[in-house]
Amino acid sequence: MSDLLRSIGVRFLDFLSALGRASLLWYRAMAGLPRWGDVALVVKQIYNVGFMSLIIIVLSAFSIGAVLSLQFYTQLARFGAQDATGVGLALVLLRELGPVVTALLFAGRAGSALTAEIGLMKTTEQLSIMEMMGVDPLRRIIAPRIWAGLISLPLLTAIFSMVAVYGGVVVAVNWLGADPGGFWSGMQDGVELWEDLGKGMVKSLVFALLVTWVAVFQGYDAPPTAEGMSMATTQTVVISSVLVLATDFLLTLVFYGDF
Amino acid sequence: MRMRTIEISVGGFVLAGVIGLVFLAVQVSGVGELGERTSYTIQARFDDVAGLRERARVSMAGVTVGRVRGIDVDMQWGDAIVTLEIMGEPGNLTIDTGAKILTDGVVGARYVGLLPGSDEETLGPGDEIVETQGALVLENLIGEFLTNIGK
Repeated sequence: MSDLLRSIGVRFLDFLSALGRASLLWYRAMAGLPRWGDVALVVKQIYNVGFMSLIIIVLSAFSIGAVLSLQFYTQLARFGAQDATGVGLALVLLRELGPVVTALLFAGRAGSALTAEIGLMKTTEQLSIMEMMGVDPLRRIIAPRIWAGLISLPLLTAIFSMVAVYGGVVVAVNWLGADPGGFWSGMQDGVELWEDLGKGMVKSLVFALLVTWVAVFQGYDAPPTAEGMSMATTQTVVISSVLVLATDFLLTLVFYGDF
Repeated sequence: MRMRTIEISVGGFVLAGVIGLVFLAVQVSGVGELGERTSYTIQARFDDVAGLRERARVSMAGVTVGRVRGIDVDMQWGDAIVTLEIMGEPGNLTIDTGAKILTDGVVGARYVGLLPGSDEETLGPGDEIVETQGALVLENLIGEFLTNIGK
C-alpha cells in the first residue's frame, strides 16, 4: 500500500517538475518580443511545419469532407431534409473537425518531426555548442519553431475547412445531385462569422500552442539516447493528441454549452 | 534548399491560408449578404415565437426579404416582440402587412412569412405589424384536439 502511494507521489512530483521545466522553457524562449533578425528563421520553420504539411492536410480534408457529405446526405434524405447537408457539413467542419483533425495531423506530421529534430540537436550536442558560441539556443532554435507553429496551424485549419467543404460539394452536389441553391443558402443561413468560424479559429490557435509546446519540450527534454529520442517522439504524438481532444471538449463546453 | 524557394513556398502557403479564411467567411458564412444594401427595422408582436431564432429568414412569397434581428419578451402583456430587418427603402410594405411564423419543411428552421396587404399607407422604420399569427406549438394543438374530442 505504501509502495503504491509512494509511486503515485513520485509520478505526481515527476509530472510537476516536467510541467515546471516546460513552463520555464516556454518563458525563456518567448520572453521579449521577437527581433527582426529572427524573421528568416521563422519563415524557414513555417516552410518545415506548415508548407510541408499541406499535402496530408489537403488529402485528408477532401476525403473527410466527402465522407461527411455522403453520410449527411443519405441520412437526411430519409427525412426529406437533404438541404440541411450544407449547413451540417459546414458547422461540423468549422466548429469541430477542422480544428481538431488538423491539429491531430499536425501533431503527427510536424510535431513529431520537431521533437526528433530538437532531440537530435541535443544528442549531438549542437545545442551546447551554440551556448558555447554565445548563441542562446532557446531563442535561436525553440522560439522560431513555436512562432511557426502558432502561425501555421490556423492557416492549415482554414485550408482544411475550405478543401473539406469543396469535397462535400463534389459529393453532394456533383455526384448525389443535391440542389446547389439549397446547399449553399442553407449553409450561409446557418453559419455565423464569429460564432462558428471565429471560435473555430480560436480553438485552432489554442491547439497550435499546445502541440508546438509539447513537441519542442519533448525534444528539448529528451534523454540524449536513441531510446530516449524514440520515447520522446512517441510521447509528443500521444500527449498532444490527448491534450487536443480534451481541450476541444472544454472549449466546446465554454463556447457552445448553453448554460 | 535555396532561401528564395523557401520564401516563395511560404508566401504561397500563407496566401492559400488567407484565401481559405476569406472563402470560409464569404462563401460559407455568407458575410456581406445583407451588408451594403439599405435596410430598416420594423417590429411585430406574436403570442408565441417557439423555435424562432435571431438571424432567421423573413420572407414574402417565398423570397427572402430580411432577417430577424432581435427577440424580446414583453412581460406586461406576455407576448414576444420580434424585430425584423427588412431590405430596401422604407415604404415597400403596406401598413396592413401580416406576419406569420412558419416552419421550413418538417424538421426545418422557423422563419417569418410576410403576407402583403392592400392599404395605401406604408410601414416606416420602427412601426409595428398588427396582423400576426404565432408559431404553432404541437403540444397546444394536441391539447386542443383532446379537449375537442371530449366534447
